[in-house]
Amino acid sequence: MRKMRDLFTSLGATGALLALTLAPPSTAATDAPRMRMAPYTASLKDIPSLQHGAKLFVNYCLSCHSARFMRYNRMAEDLHIPPDLVERDMMFAGDKIGDPMETSMPAEAAEQWFGVAPPDLSLIGRLRSPEWLYNYFLTFYLDENSPSGWNNVVFENVAMPHAMQELQGLQRAIFKTETGPDGARREVLDRFEITSPGKMSVEEYRQAARDLTNFLVYLGEPAKLVRTEYGIWVMVFLIAFGFFAYLLKKEYWRDVQ
Amino acid sequence: MTDKPVDNRRRRLLTAATTGMGLAGTAGMLVPFAGSMLPSERAKAAGAPVEVDISGLGPGRQITVEWRGKPVWIIGRSPDDLDFLASMADSLADPDSQAAQQPAYARNPYRSIKREVLVLVGICTHLGCSPQFRPELTADADGAFLCACHGSRFDLAGRVYRNVPAPTNLVVPPHRYVSDNVILIGEDPETA
Amino acid sequence: MSLMNWIDQRFPATRVFKEHFSEYYAPKNFNFWYFFGSLALLMLVLQIVTGVLLAMNYKPDADSAFASVEYIMRDVWGGWFVRYMHSTGASFFFIVIYLHMFRGLLYGSYRNPRELIWIFGMVIYIAMMATAFFGYLLPWGQMSYWGAQVIVNLFDTIPWIGPPLAEWLRGDYVISDITLNRFYALHYLVPFLLAALVFLHIVALHKVGSNNPDGVEIKRGPRGNRWSAQAPADGVPFHPYYTVKDIWGMAVFLALFFAVVFFMPEMGGYFLEQPNFEPANPLKTPEHIAPVWYFTPYYAILRAVPSFAGTQVWGVLAMFAALVVFFFLPWLDRSPVSSMRYKGWLSRLAIGVFAISFLVLGYLGTRPPTPQLTLLAQIFTVLYFAYFLLMPWYSRIEKTKPVPERLTR
Repeated sequence: MRKMRDLFTSLGATGALLALTLAPPSTAATDAPRMRMAPYTASLKDIPSLQHGAKLFVNYCLSCHSARFMRYNRMAEDLHIPPDLVERDMMFAGDKIGDPMETSMPAEAAEQWFGVAPPDLSLIGRLRSPEWLYNYFLTFYLDENSPSGWNNVVFENVAMPHAMQELQGLQRAIFKTETGPDGARREVLDRFEITSPGKMSVEEYRQAARDLTNFLVYLGEPAKLVRTEYGIWVMVFLIAFGFFAYLLKKEYWRDVQ
Repeated sequence: MTDKPVDNRRRRLLTAATTGMGLAGTAGMLVPFAGSMLPSERAKAAGAPVEVDISGLGPGRQITVEWRGKPVWIIGRSPDDLDFLASMADSLADPDSQAAQQPAYARNPYRSIKREVLVLVGICTHLGCSPQFRPELTADADGAFLCACHGSRFDLAGRVYRNVPAPTNLVVPPHRYVSDNVILIGEDPETA
Repeated sequence: MSLMNWIDQRFPATRVFKEHFSEYYAPKNFNFWYFFGSLALLMLVLQIVTGVLLAMNYKPDADSAFASVEYIMRDVWGGWFVRYMHSTGASFFFIVIYLHMFRGLLYGSYRNPRELIWIFGMVIYIAMMATAFFGYLLPWGQMSYWGAQVIVNLFDTIPWIGPPLAEWLRGDYVISDITLNRFYALHYLVPFLLAALVFLHIVALHKVGSNNPDGVEIKRGPRGNRWSAQAPADGVPFHPYYTVKDIWGMAVFLALFFAVVFFMPEMGGYFLEQPNFEPANPLKTPEHIAPVWYFTPYYAILRAVPSFAGTQVWGVLAMFAALVVFFFLPWLDRSPVSSMRYKGWLSRLAIGVFAISFLVLGYLGTRPPTPQLTLLAQIFTVLYFAYFLLMPWYSRIEKTKPVPERLTR
């Protein structure tokens, strides 16, 4: 009886602690979002997707952004890209395969062009959610009022122009006014209007955005590719160890009453 | 429960199993712990093979490059120098390069792939000073390399003299010819 | 065994082993709650070992600290494993300590003659918080930076001495490279003080003997058990009985611990916070700053107290009082019985309300403040203190149950 009750309090306390830790931490209630984001969960199992993402990253991001915590040879090995292919197609002249992925653009020049220096992207996949990144790539739109001529629905007044416009094409965003549950009126995205198609179809471009997002998640934490695999073995080991430890404990405690 | 006799065999067995697994688990955890002290990817990238253009190298000339933080010398030798090497055996501690101070492909009388080009790690095998190249000394058999720290001498194939502090010949690093005039230091020849 | 003799003549190895393991008699009725002492020790060892390894690759310099952490995560062989063990370990250490402390509250382990064990324990807890606070600045991310900025500014609010004190702590006018450098030195130092304090904690424990879920002193009970005629009848030798039990506890605990290390090292943003993946930027505050979860109950108390009489020092005082009040617990408890098993319903209600207050305050501390949440925090702050301050009253007047002579099992 008593044992039961103690166990109950124990479980209650640990359960409450767990519940607390599992609830998502707060992100500030900033301005209400201008659109409902399309859901997206990154996948690191799909190596061809990661390879395509890497190619997009090198072609469209690396000219302005660096990924200075990532080495080319690490990427080649992790994503099964032949090193000579990386050297030929992905690296800037003069770089060595063991070098980190630096941008060719000087930071000062970038700051002059865009107003802010383009941030390093090594950890963007951990700073932003995969969902945010995916939607960000999809929601660039033309905006005459912005210095770059571009704006973005999920990142309002972003300094960066649409780097992949040749793939996606040009689009306009049509907003509508909506009354929120709190009674406040705000502008929300109604739909996009394509003004000039790009090299890719809508679905192809979405896939490209998924590939790039997957790559950025990998880029944020390369160890993620292997960590769960090791984890499973460690779990198997600890369960086996726990089994023997439990039998041992049981065996000795037969003495005690 | 208490009246049951103690099964000592079972206890020993379970103790051994638990201890063994505990030790194995600890060892498994220590692998990445100890591994974190190995050369990192940065160290490996910095220690990557170095390409050297030797088109300007002539007899008596020396090129020094850094490989894995150590000086590596590339030294040009004339036919006279090479003839002279053969006559040195009596003054040397290890004239036939018995000690494994060079890759197999450089274990020959000249300790090199091409006779006229010598590649050496420029670190004295005594206590790690970097000897000086003294081309003017070769002719009188006083040694081509002189270590200022403790007076060790080496000939123009990096072979150590008798009765000097250094015990072994200078190290020949792994290297290969990418083309006639380009050496890659840090990698063995593809068909070694 | 001649080697053992040789050693024993020079060092009391066998004697110490007997006194503290094979002939240290612990009550036989330890339950789930009694795992956390040995688990805390395990965490301390793991934190020190992984910490030393990280220190070999970490650079306490504002220009390279952030990059050196990523260097560990990417370029160092096994570095991510060591780092995740350390970051997850910090949170698990606190989980273990909180459960260990709650055990003390539940069974009256702080009561006569164990006051000093309790006080050493509280000093350990505070030293742990200091270590964690210093350590949290080291990754030099946005949350590290602004978290430290806010906490050090707490000292700023103390009248007169506050501002110079805060500057002295930082060695600068804001958190900077200088602060990072000294926090690193302190983060390395305090764990060794912690180890020394743990030693004292255990020495004091072994002097008086362990408490147990019944709160019955086995030393005052009958003598003689199957191992020794003099030992307390209800005691069992710590070794092998509790060593094998604790090993089994460790196996379960490590399975949970490594599940987090390998499968969710960020723990949904609680163990590694998202804004900390951006390097510290003294010119840009993140939208919302909250300390790591193990500090948030106190942070909620800090924010719950409004400033009045022209100063906001009251919140800081309340926060420190919330810690200091623990020290007085042995003298606040006036109950004739130790264990919650025999205390009356008032004590049960009080400890339940206290546990809920602590968890709710912890949750509120992670949220951006709104008027409603602040009111909630104020209510639970009052309840938090009520547990301690009303204890002399409710622990005395309530009707307790009769305590048995022997352990009940």
